[in-house]
Amino acid sequence: MGKFIRIKKGFNINLAGKAAPQIAQVDQADTFAIKPPDFAGIYLPKVLVKEGDTVKAGTPLFYDKRQEKVMHVAPVSGEIAEVKRGAKRKLLEIRILADKQVEHESFKKYSVSEISSLGAEEAKALMLKAGVWPNIVQRPFGIVADPDAKPKAIHISAFDSHPLAPEFSILFKGQEQFFQVGLDILKKFTMGLVHVNVHSTSEIASTFSQAKGVELNKFAGPHPAGCVGVQIHHLDPINKGDVVWTVNPFGVIQIGKLFVNGVHDASRVVALAGSEVTKPQYYKTYTGASIKKMIEGNLKSDHVRCISGNPLTGTSIGKEGYIGFFDNVVSVLPEGDHHEFLGWIAPSTKKLSFHRAFGLLSFLSPGKEFALDTNTNGEERAFVQTGVFERVTPMDVLPTYLIKSILAEDIDEMEELGIYEVIEEDLALCEFVDVSKHKVQQIIREGIDLLRNS
Amino acid sequence: MKFIRKQFDNVKPHFEKGGKWEKYYYAFEAFETFAFVPNSVSGEKGTQIRDAVDMKRLMMTVIIAMVPCLLFGIWNVGHQHFLAIGETASLGDKILIGAIQVLPIVVVSYAVGLGVEFIFSMIRRHPVNEGYLVTGMLIPLVMPPDIPLWQVALATIFAVIIGKEAFGGTGMNVLNIALTARAFLYFAYPTDISGDVWTYLGDATPVAGFSGATPLSIGAAAVTSGENVVNSFNNFGAGWADGIFSFWNLFLGAMPGSIGETSTLMCLIGAFILIVTGVGSWKVIVSVFAGTYVMAFGLNLIGVNEFMLMPAAYHLIIGGLAFGAVFMATDPVTASQTETGKWIYGFLIGVLTVIIRVFNPAYPEGVMLAILLMNVFAPLIDYYVVQANKKRRLQRATV
Repeated sequence: MGKFIRIKKGFNINLAGKAAPQIAQVDQADTFAIKPPDFAGIYLPKVLVKEGDTVKAGTPLFYDKRQEKVMHVAPVSGEIAEVKRGAKRKLLEIRILADKQVEHESFKKYSVSEISSLGAEEAKALMLKAGVWPNIVQRPFGIVADPDAKPKAIHISAFDSHPLAPEFSILFKGQEQFFQVGLDILKKFTMGLVHVNVHSTSEIASTFSQAKGVELNKFAGPHPAGCVGVQIHHLDPINKGDVVWTVNPFGVIQIGKLFVNGVHDASRVVALAGSEVTKPQYYKTYTGASIKKMIEGNLKSDHVRCISGNPLTGTSIGKEGYIGFFDNVVSVLPEGDHHEFLGWIAPSTKKLSFHRAFGLLSFLSPGKEFALDTNTNGEERAFVQTGVFERVTPMDVLPTYLIKSILAEDIDEMEELGIYEVIEEDLALCEFVDVSKHKVQQIIREGIDLLRNS
Repeated sequence: MKFIRKQFDNVKPHFEKGGKWEKYYYAFEAFETFAFVPNSVSGEKGTQIRDAVDMKRLMMTVIIAMVPCLLFGIWNVGHQHFLAIGETASLGDKILIGAIQVLPIVVVSYAVGLGVEFIFSMIRRHPVNEGYLVTGMLIPLVMPPDIPLWQVALATIFAVIIGKEAFGGTGMNVLNIALTARAFLYFAYPTDISGDVWTYLGDATPVAGFSGATPLSIGAAAVTSGENVVNSFNNFGAGWADGIFSFWNLFLGAMPGSIGETSTLMCLIGAFILIVTGVGSWKVIVSVFAGTYVMAFGLNLIGVNEFMLMPAAYHLIIGGLAFGAVFMATDPVTASQTETGKWIYGFLIGVLTVIIRVFNPAYPEGVMLAILLMNVFAPLIDYYVVQANKKRRLQRATV
């Protein structure tokens, strides 16, 4: 039996331009890209292909020198168009010019009975080789899981509470069988429980409700209830020395498809959302798709920011960018590089605020959808502890003290204050509500990197 | 708007790196950001949208919460003036006298304080922080109405430099800056900030029977004289200001005192604004009042002298307790920063206030010293709260 947990602290950011529940019929993207920086804490990617090589879906593209067994593979078949590097030859993207018809590398298929008797080592070897392993993210640190680790539990968040989050019932419709196989495979890697965490009030997709052999936990309350880090904190907190794995539902399904069909299947549904999109809806594509064709003729204005991921934790990718490995939504927001006359005091009902300071009237209309731009709405200032971080952090963690310990580079203090329990997304709301406009998520990642490299 | 923007854009290059007024950049930035919210956008990675709040709006909200105290204070200075000289006057006259007396103090406080801030921001090369907007209003409100302006200036300079900039500027100070200013005057020029200074007389002579005593000094006197404090309050002002220290009038605040501190009612309106907007911590405000009442009630039970026997509710409405609880103790920089810590911090301020008032007649106004003392102890309270958090985490761990 799963648990029921009510999250009390937090804040739902209700943005305009949620994706309508329909899947668009458009041409498939021409190019796809895998971006090593999507994998937090990647050390040194070793590229295995050259420009001009032809690859199939499932052909290895690179591996991290610290994790030589974990292959990162091509999502589609085609020709390597570009290996893009940035400053200091940092590997940024491997672009693939896709074939019209995707060809797959073939891996061993397993029947239902073979899957149940399959050993963990054999399953692991296939997952590493076929490129589905990077779906498994390890806590602490939020990095690609170490294949040799023994996780104490595996957590799957089966809902997304971020602003503009896609509906999982649309993303994963009809994938029950693969989800179940994925769970069965994952269970082989842990002595502990596999938790599937759903939202208590919204309709639960049958993909998740029918899952067998797992703990089905229900969560209620505002964002960040959907963040897996918050869920872990309430179900089975991470202590120093613990390793916990988290997988998103797409990853579970991709693992399932590998074992059932014997292919690396990167086909997925993504949402295009945001106040600047004329027709926000869902698209069927593959991991790492170029957003060019999705947004073509579908934007209300030219002066926009295209974000892979949601507006709280996403990455700005530009109008011809590629969707990130872990992202299932593209958000398009108005760029906010404008001056506003006396904007720091003028009353407004159009701006969203968690605060209710003078003139911020958004709290009067709780159901309203807001169209926010990317302006920082103020300048960076010294920390003034107003107690607001604590009100959006539903964990027994003191965000201000944790952040200050990171800024002071005090590793012992960071450990004691719970850095093992958080990654960027868990404290993203702090960054949103911060009066002093600090880059909280960046600070958290710097702290994690400091700890890992110490 | 476009015209103003254009003017800013025209002169901005001169202030930027390499420009001829480069060293005045932060002064320019302060003015520019007051006119316009800057066009800065969120970074490439991380939160792409930001809450509409910023430091300026937060600080303005506190100032708005202080406006009732200021307006009432202006009227009250005039009201007390005419009461003391035995003349009846119209509302307009009272406000006029009050404004003539109060507004120069406000102007001096802002001009001097912001001047120091600007100079420091240029020397230390950091942006001008908005914290002084609130401090600049707090300082006049805790001053007696006829404080010499040069003392206001001196106290402001001392408080901003020693109280704040020496520690690294806004957000880093240990002591509440406005109270540092007041404490500075209290110890440097005691004759100008204690005794018969709470009513502005000007050149006029007071009426027969006039006394500059305050409820706190009456209470302190009762320790030796043995008179019932409540009776003394009710009889005070007979002939020239009947009932001035009655319970209700103490609550409403039409009595001598610091410019903005006298009215508990106005402070409660301010508290209401701070709590509704979420800018001030209700935990601190409530716990200061609770601490005061509990401690005063405890003294009632022991009751060795008449001041100890004064009904506990009176402690809440005399002196600057309400003002201190609402506007001084809630200062987010110097208060306790953990939620549990705020309860302890506020409660101890209340307890200490009563102790200082009742047992130390040399310093009748206990709130100021209690808050300053607890400012110093706030990090210690937080330390133990944080330790408790760490301990919970440690106990969970198996290795």
